[in-house]
Amino acid sequence: MADLAARPPLLQVARSRLRLRPGRAGAVTAGLVLLVAIAGSLLAPLVWPLDQSAVALDQTRLAPSWSHLAGTDDLGRDVAHRAVYGLRVSLLVGAVAALVATVLGGVVGGIAGTLGGRVDRILMRIVDTIAAMPHLLLGIFIVAMLRPSLGAVIASVGLTHWLSTARIVRSELLSLRTRPFIDAAISGGAGRLRVLTRHLLPHVLPRLALATTLMIPHAVWHETALSFLGLGLPPHLASLGNMINDGQGSLLTGAWWASLAPGGVIVVVTLAIAVLAARWRDRLDPRVRAELHL
Amino acid sequence: MTSAQHLLADEVSVGYGRQVVLDGVTLRIGRGETVGLRGPSGCGKSTLVRVLALLHRPDQGRVSIDGTAVDAVRYAVPVALRTRVAALFQSPRAAADSRLSLIDLIAEPLRATRTPESAVRERVAELADLVGLTADLRSRRPHAVSDGQLQRACLARALVHRPDYLLCDEATAMLDASTQAHVAAVIRDYQRTQRAGVLVITHDQTLLDRWSDRIVDLAATAGARA
Repeated sequence: MADLAARPPLLQVARSRLRLRPGRAGAVTAGLVLLVAIAGSLLAPLVWPLDQSAVALDQTRLAPSWSHLAGTDDLGRDVAHRAVYGLRVSLLVGAVAALVATVLGGVVGGIAGTLGGRVDRILMRIVDTIAAMPHLLLGIFIVAMLRPSLGAVIASVGLTHWLSTARIVRSELLSLRTRPFIDAAISGGAGRLRVLTRHLLPHVLPRLALATTLMIPHAVWHETALSFLGLGLPPHLASLGNMINDGQGSLLTGAWWASLAPGGVIVVVTLAIAVLAARWRDRLDPRVRAELHL
Repeated sequence: MTSAQHLLADEVSVGYGRQVVLDGVTLRIGRGETVGLRGPSGCGKSTLVRVLALLHRPDQGRVSIDGTAVDAVRYAVPVALRTRVAALFQSPRAAADSRLSLIDLIAEPLRATRTPESAVRERVAELADLVGLTADLRSRRPHAVSDGQLQRACLARALVHRPDYLLCDEATAMLDASTQAHVAAVIRDYQRTQRAGVLVITHDQTLLDRWSDRIVDLAATAGARA
């Protein structure tokens, strides 16, 4: 009994063996999850090809087993298999949409922050106006106008998520502009372009990269939400949102597993991205913590 | 004075919002002289430096260099004119781009004006020696050096274009005694060899007396001539 009490808890032993500090254990796990997710979605077509429109009506609503790890849906399709392909779509949409939003926000914020004055006021009022509308509603509106497709989903998420990036870049530039080191550069003979490219942008870029990374999970959720509402990809294509939507019907007939795998995948993968981004953010600068609630 | 060789703030007024900071101040810094400027905190000494360095547009009055009025500020001033006046600020931390190594910090004004890289390297090495930056410090970034070491680099940067006028805004206030003496000696040497006009702002009366040829009290000159 005394022997047991003297022994350090299992978790602590594991940590000291692997030299993991509490924060790092989470980051390593998140990194591994993300690595598997990315590798899986890149390699899937090579090692485990999927016929998106194939159905097997003799195998509908089979419970999870060794032959169907996450069961089958009400058209007899393997849920685990389709979840891998759904993740592929979600990650693609998330990354590209976050990039679109960053570029757009970076350009608008960059113009407002560099030129200042009237241009800044006009651009920021536009940003405020768009920010005043519910962005999911705006996203639905954009998809509806463009007809549901991969491009429309990317446009919808990208065009509604650049506002916070624009604000971050603008405020960062405005505060940098008045620093003495910029005065010193001007005094030393640097022109506008040189000050922008050599002194301003390099200070803003790390924050911008971080904002993009933090936006990826958010963009993934939006893709899922749009697909769930039937505004994402065509219904026969595997996407996490489509699958959760389809699974809804199966849920009523007792096939609870049809939504479980896609739902679990999205939670685990976006959580992994968020954990890694948050760790990066904390290392970058504690001051930006408050600014980057995306 | 020979054919107006001076940096002149002529009847300069500056206000921030409703608060008037400088009201019709005239200050003349001749080539080859060291002018000491004192005044209570908040009386507009730093604003006057920014105006003289062509970084801040005065609400009234104008700045002229060697008799030529300069009506532009900041980027609008021709580079050849802008680089004739250099400023050394109180906080080297705030005045240094945290991403650049000390050597790049000193070289930056030369690179901004498209000086050939071989000439840049030669001039930077010469200045780093002059201000006493040892070889191991030169590749470090600002966060890895002390305020005194960083201010030495900022001084080297200020001198890199061989300015005719050097404005020191409490440039030695944050430094230890030996660094202060060294920085002051480098500036005095430069002033003598280049016949530069130097403006020194400091709260240190002893330093002011020893360093400057004449002392101007900004509180007393508000609206008057100096």
